[in-house]
Amino acid sequence: MEVSLPEDGFIVTKLDEVANWCRKNSLWPMAFATACCGIEVMATGASRHDIARFGAEAFRFSPRQCDLMIVAGRVVMKMLPVLQRIWMQMPEPKWCISMGACASSGGVFDTYAVVQGIDRFLPVDVYIPGCPPRPEQLIQAVLDLQEKVQRTGTYNAREFNKRTQPEGPRPLATELGMAEQMVAPANFRTTTRSWGELPMVNPLANREVGR
Amino acid sequence: MSQAKPQKVKWVKPPKLGLLEQMYFPTVISGMATTLKHMVGTLTGTGDKNIQVQSYPEERPTLPPHYRGVHRLNRDPEGRVKCVACYMCSTACPAHCIDIVAAPSPWPDREKYPETFVIDELRCIYCGMCEQACPVDAIELTTIFDLTGMSREEMMFDKEKLLSVFDKTVAAGTDPVRTQPGRLGVASLPAGAGLTGSSSAQS
Repeated sequence: MEVSLPEDGFIVTKLDEVANWCRKNSLWPMAFATACCGIEVMATGASRHDIARFGAEAFRFSPRQCDLMIVAGRVVMKMLPVLQRIWMQMPEPKWCISMGACASSGGVFDTYAVVQGIDRFLPVDVYIPGCPPRPEQLIQAVLDLQEKVQRTGTYNAREFNKRTQPEGPRPLATELGMAEQMVAPANFRTTTRSWGELPMVNPLANREVGR
Repeated sequence: MSQAKPQKVKWVKPPKLGLLEQMYFPTVISGMATTLKHMVGTLTGTGDKNIQVQSYPEERPTLPPHYRGVHRLNRDPEGRVKCVACYMCSTACPAHCIDIVAAPSPWPDREKYPETFVIDELRCIYCGMCEQACPVDAIELTTIFDLTGMSREEMMFDKEKLLSVFDKTVAAGTDPVRTQPGRLGVASLPAGAGLTGSSSAQS
């Protein structure tokens, strides 16, 4: 009597699921708290919201012991090498939560000094909007991340060794052409259509090139 | 910098500690009594609700009704978008997270309407200045608070998404609570009541 096994192998996939289950229920956060979102991270870890209910209460400030980076707060250009170094120091099954408007997109700090979204430098798994987000939002993000960990799994060592290309987001400039790049909001001169002109106005058409 | 005159300096002496205060035991015991009281209250469930764990995904927090959460774009009674694409919200926005492309309105009661209306929810700081700036009460902030996203693209809320937020939250009846009383713009009136033609957007 023949028993046909699935392609992946039943036992190994089940072992992967068990490993993912273990990983998602014992996330060790590394709170990269640089601003007021860090206060909400502390509130989430405190007794009222109690992130220990989801197994993520072991905040460690050594990146070697962590597998979840919570970037809470704005990251300036001078801080970015530190952030990247800490991210590289974390052992490999690792995830990243970008918490708050500043970490996710720069927020109100649309300046040359502030990184406009850490996802240009780190692979971010879950984004949390808000300024700052509520602790419930962080708990919801941890729940989303647990679902993602269970669904997508992690790299094993062999796959990790095969990786030669850096992962993470590509630079924004390679994805968008010049005409597709977003017009500065509140610029009513270039974003309002003129009367009777139905096709899309190229926002850069009126600008002189190389000015 | 001039020195303060000695007779103007008020010297404060520390209070004299008695024997009990010097032993620190009464204050330590009273502090422990507070901790013990809260512990008993938590264990028996009779204590202050504010110091008990809020088991979030099952138990929702009671937010104040003026909480500023995810935006929505309101519809007028005919189901059209209320916005008149006046760019007041995107001008008032301190984070520059609102992007509007206006087009000539297909309806007679306004000049323009937003062809696209995109809010970057990740850049927004939920300050509520957009709804204060809106002359026709078209944009409002709801009490939806637990928004998360797995990518940056899905957090760019376009017009359809913002209108669907309105469809979801309008049944609750709690929003709006911050709409300013007073005279609204003509685009917020029912059809026919407002002016027609090019002068409508000026009032």
